[in-house]
Amino acid sequence: MTLLAVKNLLHDKVRLAVTLTGVIFALVLIAIQFGLFLGFMETSANIVDRSGVDLWITAPGIPHVNGGSSQPERRRYKVLSVPGVKQAEPYLLAFANWKLPSGAKESVQIVGYDLESRLGGPDSIIAGSADALRADDTVLIDQHYRRKLGVTRLGDTGEINGVRARVAGYTSGMLSFTTAPYVFTSFKHAQKYMNLDRSETIFIVVRLAAGADPVAVKRDIAAVLPDCEVFTNAEMTHKTQFYWVFSTGAGITTLMGAVLGLLVGTVVVAQTIYSATVDHIREFGTLKAMGAANRYIYRVIVEQAVLAASMGYAIAIGIAYLVVQGSRSGDALIKMPPAMAAGLFGLAVLMCIAASILSIRKATTIDPAIVFRA
Amino acid sequence: MGNLMEIRNLQKYYGSGAGQVRALESIDLDVRAGEVLVLMGPSGSGKTTLLSIMGCILRASAGSVKIRGREVVHLPESQLPAVRLQHFGFIFQGFNLFPALTVRENVEIAFHLKNYSRRDARRLADTMLSGVGLANKRSSYPADLSGGQKQRVAIARALAGDPEIILADEPTAALDSTSGKTVMEILSGLAAQRNRAVVIVTHDPRVLSYSDRVVQIADGRIAREEVPEPIH
Repeated sequence: MTLLAVKNLLHDKVRLAVTLTGVIFALVLIAIQFGLFLGFMETSANIVDRSGVDLWITAPGIPHVNGGSSQPERRRYKVLSVPGVKQAEPYLLAFANWKLPSGAKESVQIVGYDLESRLGGPDSIIAGSADALRADDTVLIDQHYRRKLGVTRLGDTGEINGVRARVAGYTSGMLSFTTAPYVFTSFKHAQKYMNLDRSETIFIVVRLAAGADPVAVKRDIAAVLPDCEVFTNAEMTHKTQFYWVFSTGAGITTLMGAVLGLLVGTVVVAQTIYSATVDHIREFGTLKAMGAANRYIYRVIVEQAVLAASMGYAIAIGIAYLVVQGSRSGDALIKMPPAMAAGLFGLAVLMCIAASILSIRKATTIDPAIVFRA
Repeated sequence: MGNLMEIRNLQKYYGSGAGQVRALESIDLDVRAGEVLVLMGPSGSGKTTLLSIMGCILRASAGSVKIRGREVVHLPESQLPAVRLQHFGFIFQGFNLFPALTVRENVEIAFHLKNYSRRDARRLADTMLSGVGLANKRSSYPADLSGGQKQRVAIARALAGDPEIILADEPTAALDSTSGKTVMEILSGLAAQRNRAVVIVTHDPRVLSYSDRVVQIADGRIAREEVPEPIH
C-alpha cells in the first residue's frame, strides 16, 4: 500500500469520520436487511426443513405448508404399499386461536404429529419430552414464546379454540415467520383442537426406506394417489419460502432495503472520496509533474478506498454482530453466516472502489501544469 | 559544458483560427550541464510556459526539444511521465509539499516513484535532508516549517535520484531574503559542484547574482540573452 494513500486518508480526521460513517451505515444496513432476509428464509419454512420428512402428500392446490386442506387419513395405507416407503403418518398444521390465562387471544399454529414415529415432530426439546404429549390436552411450545402465550412455567395452561392446553415441555429455535407461534401436540389432540373429523388429516408425511430414491417414490405415490399432490421436503421448503418471502413482499422489501443501503453507502463514500480527490488535486498534479504515471494516481485513490472499506467493515461487522445477537431475543431472526460476513467485506471493497471511479476520472484529467500556478 | 537540452524553433499556440494566441514563438535555447540558467520576463511573457514545455509537462505546438539528443516533442502522452522521472527535478513557487506526509516522507515519495526500495528511499531521503540542513526536521510536517525550510524540503525532493536538470519556478518568490539566499546557494552549488543544470523562472532580481546566464523573454520570444557579472 502506498504511503500517500494511507496518510492522506488518516490525515483529515473529519473526512475520514464521514467516509467511515458512510461505509458503516451502508454495511450495517445491508447486513441487517440481508440478515433479515436469510432469517425470513429460515423461519418461513423451518417447520418443513427441520421435520425429518422425506415426502409430503397433500390435497391439490396447496399454496404453502401453512395452507393445507383436509384429506382422508386412510390414503396413507395406499402410500405404505408403495415400494421405498418406510413410514407414512398423518400430520396436521393449521392456524388456531390461543387464549392466554389473562383472557387475551393470540394466533398459533397447531402442529399435530404421530408420537410413535415422531415424524414431523420438533427436533429440539429442551424441557419436558415428546412422551409427555401422550397425556390429555398437552402441548409443547417454543421457549421463545412463553411470555407471548402467557405460560411461563411447565404445567401452565391456555386454551386452543376453546379446548384446554397444558404446557408439557419447551422446544428451542422453532421460531415462526408469522406472528403465530408453533404449538406441538399429538396428532389425535390436534384433531380435537381443530375440530377435525377423526378420519381426516391435513398431510400424510413419508419417511423413505434407506437408499430409496425420493423422486422415484414420489412418482409412484402420485400414480396411486392421482387426486393428491406429492412434494419432496426440498420442494415443500421452497414452495413455502417462496410464498412467505416473495409472494407476500416481505423478502422483496428486505432485499430492497439491502440494495438501498448499498446505493446510499456508495453515494456517500463516492462523495467523500471525490471531495478528497478534489482537495488533493494539486498534490496529484505534483505527483504527475514529478513523473508519476496515471496508474500510480489510480492506485493511491483505490488504495484509499480499499483502506476505508476495510476500516469501515471492521466497525460495521462488530455492530452487525451485536444486532444479530440482539435479534435472538426478538421475534425477527437476523442471520449472519460466515459466508455472508465474508461476502460483506467483498461488497464493502467493491462499493468503495465503485465509489472512487468518479475520482479516478477526475485524476485522469489533471493537467500537471497546475503545479506552476501559484 | 555539454548541452543537456536543445530547443529549436519552439512554438506554442493556444486556440485556433482568428482567436489563436501565440504563447511562444521561435524559441532557440540550449541548457548546459553545470549552469544556472535564469529565465526572466514580465508576467504573461511565456517563461512559465517555456519551463513547462522544457519539463515535458506541456506539449509544444511545433519545433524541437531534445533531451540528451532524444526528441521529446512528438512522444506520446503516456511516455512523458517516464521522461520527467528520468531527467528532471521540479521546484515550485508554492512548494507543493504533501501536507499529510512528514518531511522525510515528502522526500521518500520521490524515490518511491523511481522504484527505490523502502529502505533505500528512507536512507537516501535522510541524506538529502542532511544536504539541505534539515536532518533535524525529518519527522516534522510541512505545516510546522517556515517558507524557507519548505523550499529546502522541495529541493531535497527534487534532487531525489540525482536528476540532470532542475526546473525551478519562482523558487524564492515566497521567501524572505535570508531564506532566498540559502535556497539560491543550494541551487547554484548543485550546478557548480554536481554539474547539474538548474533552470530558474523568476522575477526576483536577487537570483541574478547566482546565474550563469540570463534569458529575457518578452511576448513569447527570446528578447535578450546575457551573462551577468559575478557579484557573490
